[in-house]
Amino acid sequence: MLKKLLLLFAALGVLSIAGITALAWRPAIARVALPTTFAPELVAHGATLAAGGYCATCHTTSGGAAFAGGRAMKTSFGTIYSTNITPDPVTGIGGWSPAAFDRALREGVSRDGKQLFPALPYDHFTKLTDADVAALYAFMMTLAPVKAAARTNDLPFPLNIRALQAGWKLLFFKSGRFAPDTAHNAGWNRGAYLVSALGHCGACHTPRNALGAEQSDAAYAGAAIDGWIAPALTRANPSPIAWTTPELTAYLGSGISRYHGTAAGPMSAVVHDGLAKLPADDQRAVVTYIESLGGGDARAGAAAPVLARARATDGVMPGFDADARLFTAACASCHYNAGAVPNVLRPDLALNSAVNLDDPTNLIRIMLYGVAAKEGAPGIVMPGFTGLADNDLARVAAYIRRSRSDRPAWADLPAKVAAVRAAGRGES
Amino acid sequence: MTSFTLNGLRVVVDADAETPLLWVIRDDIGLTGTKFGCGIGMCGACTVHVGGRATRSCITPLAAVEGAVVTTIEGLDPAGAHPLQKAWTALQVPQCGYCQSGQIMQAAAMLVDFPAPNDADIDAVMAGNLCRCMTYVRIRAAIKAAAADMAGAAHNG
Repeated sequence: MLKKLLLLFAALGVLSIAGITALAWRPAIARVALPTTFAPELVAHGATLAAGGYCATCHTTSGGAAFAGGRAMKTSFGTIYSTNITPDPVTGIGGWSPAAFDRALREGVSRDGKQLFPALPYDHFTKLTDADVAALYAFMMTLAPVKAAARTNDLPFPLNIRALQAGWKLLFFKSGRFAPDTAHNAGWNRGAYLVSALGHCGACHTPRNALGAEQSDAAYAGAAIDGWIAPALTRANPSPIAWTTPELTAYLGSGISRYHGTAAGPMSAVVHDGLAKLPADDQRAVVTYIESLGGGDARAGAAAPVLARARATDGVMPGFDADARLFTAACASCHYNAGAVPNVLRPDLALNSAVNLDDPTNLIRIMLYGVAAKEGAPGIVMPGFTGLADNDLARVAAYIRRSRSDRPAWADLPAKVAAVRAAGRGES
Repeated sequence: MTSFTLNGLRVVVDADAETPLLWVIRDDIGLTGTKFGCGIGMCGACTVHVGGRATRSCITPLAAVEGAVVTTIEGLDPAGAHPLQKAWTALQVPQCGYCQSGQIMQAAAMLVDFPAPNDADIDAVMAGNLCRCMTYVRIRAAIKAAAADMAGAAHNG
């Protein structure tokens, strides 16, 4: 009996391996000679789309050539390195036919038939239109080829078996183009397309399940990613003042909102290298769609008492509170405000998103590593206070939280600061 | 290589990306008006302007100012005659003088945001600039004198 059972399991095992292999198998698509010319308008359109999809952000490593890959993406499964998407025939995507490019982008299968990891957000790009894929192809194929071999991923067995990705796709990947929602107007639908397909906003702002797939029932509910917290884009966003159309327009267009703060970390590139390069109509469409996720415009009237409270808090002198004195010495010269409306270049911490999140990670990161001139509000720097001890940074963070937010105190702040410091600045 | 604008001139610096801006300004470029105090951003002696905002240069890594516009005390006014500098001289603000370039740079940035600062504004914004000689009373008076001077200049066209 036992022998029969063992045989049965063995047979099932062999069958499932055979099944996965059959499922995963995709033919290689033959190399083609590169088309020599593309219509300049098509290439220009592709350049705009590549910006709107932040292709260069992930496919460029610090100090490396644009689109030549090599950036490390640390996931809970291991480290994956982005690849070279310049048209170098040996190390890049030179010789890829339009069909091979399309299959990689919208189905997650490489030209040679290998399954790609969903670090490439093909689960979003599958919604792209044929025309946009063609424009992206024209743009990529006219980039200057760069010789840069891909780095070997640091994924443990068995996660490094690409064929297993076929099983992942079976469970979580739905291939198919963007379908407009007829209940909404054209602007909203354009925004939904840009956000869900090209911009792949959910890749950071939607929580993932244990197998790394976005939880479709929790779209844009916020998530931890790359050592940062991507806040919720829904009503669950904890900002004291709602994300209204004017604030989203300011934040997504310039990187700074007087009522929320600056775009830092991975979001900085999303704004400055991505959304800011989209045509004005598309920017408006993105704002329309994102606003609809949280419904901020309907709550615009609730801002006045929050502003009044922020202003009153600012005027409190530290007295003999040692934590407050640390804050005053380190932070107040830039963050003190006076007047009914905070100066956009003196980010008001009572209104700041990082101060009001459940997790202190973003605030700690900003305190430790600051904001460079190219990030946030362009041309302006917040220095990083790495010279302060973990405990002092924790005291400042705790003070900011208790003096400027109604939300519960953060637990274990010194340990949290130590952990963020140990993780390092990372690539931005 | 990091490039930025310093006192109106474009500079290109070949130094480690993590090098504090203060070291670059003092040691590589040779402008020593900006002072080293605590090295952890808690005393204000190293204050310069980045994009017009008062910034502690001792904790600002060189990489952070790529493409930015930086101004030091040497570049605040071509003739050293910023209203704050005139008020500083008139009221004999400094004692040992070590913190004064940082104080003036912080105050100059403050007057952009608060053209007529009251005591609370001055206390809050200037609290990060320490003066071991305790010249705070004269600093506050000089800031108010400079603010009045600038308001008058603006008023008289």
